[in-house]
Amino acid sequence: MSDILVSERSEPGADGSGRPSGRLLEVDDLRVEFRTRDGVAKVINGVTYHVDAGETLAVLGESGSGKSVTAQTIMGILDTPPGFVTGGQVRFHGKDMLTMSAEERRRIRGEGIAMIFQDALSALNPVFTVGFQIAEQFRIRRGMSRSDAKKRSIEMLDLVKIPNAKGRFNAYPHQFSGGMRQRAMIAMSLALDPEVLIADEPTTALDVTVQAQIMDLLAELQRERQMGLILITHDLGVVADVADRIAVMYAGRIVEEADVHELYEKPGHPYTLGLLNSIPRIDEKGQQLRTIKGLPPSLLNIPSGCPFHPRCPMVQPVCREKVPPLLQLGGTRASACHFAEEVVNRD
Amino acid sequence: MGRYLLRRLLQLIPVFIGTTFFIFVLVWAVPGDPFAGKCGDRRCPDAYVDFMTDKYKLDQNIFVQYGSYMKNLLQGDFGETFGGRSINEIVVNAYPNTLKLALVALAVEALIGLTAGVLTGLKRNGFLDNLVLVSTLFLIALPTFVTGFVLQWLLGVKWGIAPVTVSSDVSFTELLVPGFVLGSTSMAYIARLARTSIAENRRGDYVRTAIAKGLPMRRVVGVHLLRNSMIPVITFLGTDLGALMGGSVVTEGIFNINGIGREVFRAIITKEGATVVSIVVILVLVYLLMNLLIDLLYAALDPRIRYE
Repeated sequence: MSDILVSERSEPGADGSGRPSGRLLEVDDLRVEFRTRDGVAKVINGVTYHVDAGETLAVLGESGSGKSVTAQTIMGILDTPPGFVTGGQVRFHGKDMLTMSAEERRRIRGEGIAMIFQDALSALNPVFTVGFQIAEQFRIRRGMSRSDAKKRSIEMLDLVKIPNAKGRFNAYPHQFSGGMRQRAMIAMSLALDPEVLIADEPTTALDVTVQAQIMDLLAELQRERQMGLILITHDLGVVADVADRIAVMYAGRIVEEADVHELYEKPGHPYTLGLLNSIPRIDEKGQQLRTIKGLPPSLLNIPSGCPFHPRCPMVQPVCREKVPPLLQLGGTRASACHFAEEVVNRD
Repeated sequence: MGRYLLRRLLQLIPVFIGTTFFIFVLVWAVPGDPFAGKCGDRRCPDAYVDFMTDKYKLDQNIFVQYGSYMKNLLQGDFGETFGGRSINEIVVNAYPNTLKLALVALAVEALIGLTAGVLTGLKRNGFLDNLVLVSTLFLIALPTFVTGFVLQWLLGVKWGIAPVTVSSDVSFTELLVPGFVLGSTSMAYIARLARTSIAENRRGDYVRTAIAKGLPMRRVVGVHLLRNSMIPVITFLGTDLGALMGGSVVTEGIFNINGIGREVFRAIITKEGATVVSIVVILVLVYLLMNLLIDLLYAALDPRIRYE
């Protein structure tokens, strides 16, 4: 870890709110919109979550719910235009990254916060060897010599269990299998020993057996290094084993946040309930899958009140008028539903 | 790789024979009499015409003519003009000048075109982008002789900061303005090609990864983005060398450069078929070899391309 980051950590809460915060990474009331030809799409509408060292937060949601855009905003790789941050903060060690200088922010990337992408084939540069792309960070960010950087890179490839790491150093991404590529991607993201790792659907592009291997590897590395891990996924099966907490997103908002066991046992939002019900179950073989009716809302035209109300089986008149705030529900969980208590205590 | 190269080189042979034969036929298919007007106001004496016709095998079947031309060519002999001048001499005198001019043009278009393309590709719709788009459209629309005469007059005559014409030593500094003129249209195309390519790859996932790794922007663009965006530009540059050499007639005329453009023009007017064919044959070779070179460069630029 660099000296800069250590000193940043000792500065409490430079967030303007005056509230000192011991959190590693916090997203606070983040708002992002995409200004497109068809109008303004409100992609993120006040997302708040945090992750601490050694903790895994799973961010769950359908495509278009804003989970990836939140991650891109944290990393500072949001395509601008069309994407614009219109409000909120992203604090790393209490310091708002959205207002710091580009150079300061660049230094956090890779060694403060690193990211793994969904499709490793397109995320790795096709014209450079995998070894070059890992070693590059040691050379540019750490000022290491070519040979030292190579040695360290081979260690990283070994760490992610790529067989014959030495021989694979000079291979190109297209010469790797899907799983190997994702391993290489992980090795690359961990090269500078980041404190927070954001994994954006790291297993979506892989087949099922490989998915499990990659998740196990990620979980293992996260434990060993005591990283904060933000796992973005739409796969409920992946989440259950590795996550500590889950944040469920819908239409650019967090609709529920809870401890993983609590959430699976007693979801506090009708949307979460619908998601859990839609998991195929072995004891209901041959029956129709239970789906959530309707489609996710267009972000150009988000429904009034609770954005989930057109699809909600428990909809009441109030849902069409008032946006439910994300309210604490018991000690460790929160839900953005007017009838959260009823949902938790149903049956 | 070695086998691929060998195969490609062997493929050159039929292409070379085909193109040269086609050119040969075309040159001799142009109507007209090479000996008309050769002897001043009078018709040439029959004895002279008969002698020349026999010497240059003009009464023979075209295949026989082509065969004998190629036979000499393979021995390094381009033949003679009707005036008895060695064509080898013309080629040796003219080609280096044109090659120099084309290389200067290539350097100008690569340097200016690429810089403009990369800068505008990174930041689209700005002032610079609009400036480049308009000025490239201007260059594409203007014929070479307009650009040539305007620059010659402005830089050479009015301001006197560049030589008006090129001297017989044909130095590289003298060729800067003619090179710019010759390369201006291609430069505009390169700028637009690079702009599109950069803008397309700019949003690539791997560029995002490079930024997420915390690399400085200079490196993200200069190493990761540029390498991927260069393939269409390199292709264009490679094939353009041949086009520049073949297209230098007007530029050589304006700036009085003793190159192949002028020679070929003169030879066509005077029906010196052998000279035309000889000059064009070398151009064909340049095209073929540049194409091969580009194909080999692809693999260096993009490792996903493999030669079986």
